[in-house]
Amino acid sequence: MSATWVAVLAGCLGCYLLKLAGLSVPAAWVEHPVVRRVVDFVPAALLAALVAVQAATSGSALVVDGRLAGLAVAALALALRAPFVVVLLLAGATGALVHVLA
Amino acid sequence: MTDDAAATRRATIRDALGLGVAVGLYGAAFGAAAVAAGLDAWQACALSLLMFTGASQFALVGVLGAGGGVLAAVGSAVLLGTRNTIYGVRLVPLLRPRGGLRRLGTAHLVIDESTALALAAPDPGNARLAFTVGGGSIFLGWNLTTLLGALGADALTGPWLAALDAVVPAAFLALLWPRLQRSWAEPGAQRRVALGGAVVALALTPVVPAGVQVIAAVAAVALAGGWRR
Repeated sequence: MSATWVAVLAGCLGCYLLKLAGLSVPAAWVEHPVVRRVVDFVPAALLAALVAVQAATSGSALVVDGRLAGLAVAALALALRAPFVVVLLLAGATGALVHVLA
Repeated sequence: MTDDAAATRRATIRDALGLGVAVGLYGAAFGAAAVAAGLDAWQACALSLLMFTGASQFALVGVLGAGGGVLAAVGSAVLLGTRNTIYGVRLVPLLRPRGGLRRLGTAHLVIDESTALALAAPDPGNARLAFTVGGGSIFLGWNLTTLLGALGADALTGPWLAALDAVVPAAFLALLWPRLQRSWAEPGAQRRVALGGAVVALALTPVVPAGVQVIAAVAAVALAGGWRR
């Protein structure tokens, strides 16, 4: 089996077991204050890291290209409360425009 | 059933179905992003069918696409999946899934959107309806559009590929955005943690293997503070 399949299937199993655990383990285990606090904040740290890595890096280099312009436009659209679909379309259009102009 | 109750049920079903349609473009973006990251269409579809939790799916293909290893990819997907455990705990009193099979099926549908629908419903009966209809319609829409996105991605070249490259970080930002707003609990702490996570990831990018910087960014959770409460 390829490494990609291993990642896909292991990730699926892990994520499913986490869902099942919520319905199965005693609430007190998960409601522990430190556990709650970590789980409340892990998405912000990881999603922000993914935003940064996907928008401004290529391999081990920091790069500035159309993705960063698209991200700026997406942030503006989000601040103006645009629907997510519109946010994605605007970001994509910006990335394509920079590619054509560059 | 009274007219009011029937109207409430109709409104619940309408909202739940609407969300299933709304995630469609996300699914197409995921399918295309997965293929652009080097996965094949089977792998993209397997993720939507079996993992079925968008942020984790995007994280897994994002890390693999950036050249990351299996551990970093699975680690970031699983870390993002931990919030579904908390959702499950909140859903048990509402949904009361009885029996082994029922519980196994219910677990698969525990995601951001189905949880929000169930918690927003006016009573447990409508909560179960919203969870099942919403979760089910999102599952169908997400998997269908993942397939379309994955098949369409091969046709993407030049500016279309550049557009897709720009959509992926925007998709992560859109997932992050609500957590940073005033309506979220402790938005100040969420913003500190997010900024810290981004800084850690960028600072480590030149010096660690691809993908590891994403996992390491979890350390920014320490910036949340309030550990002694």
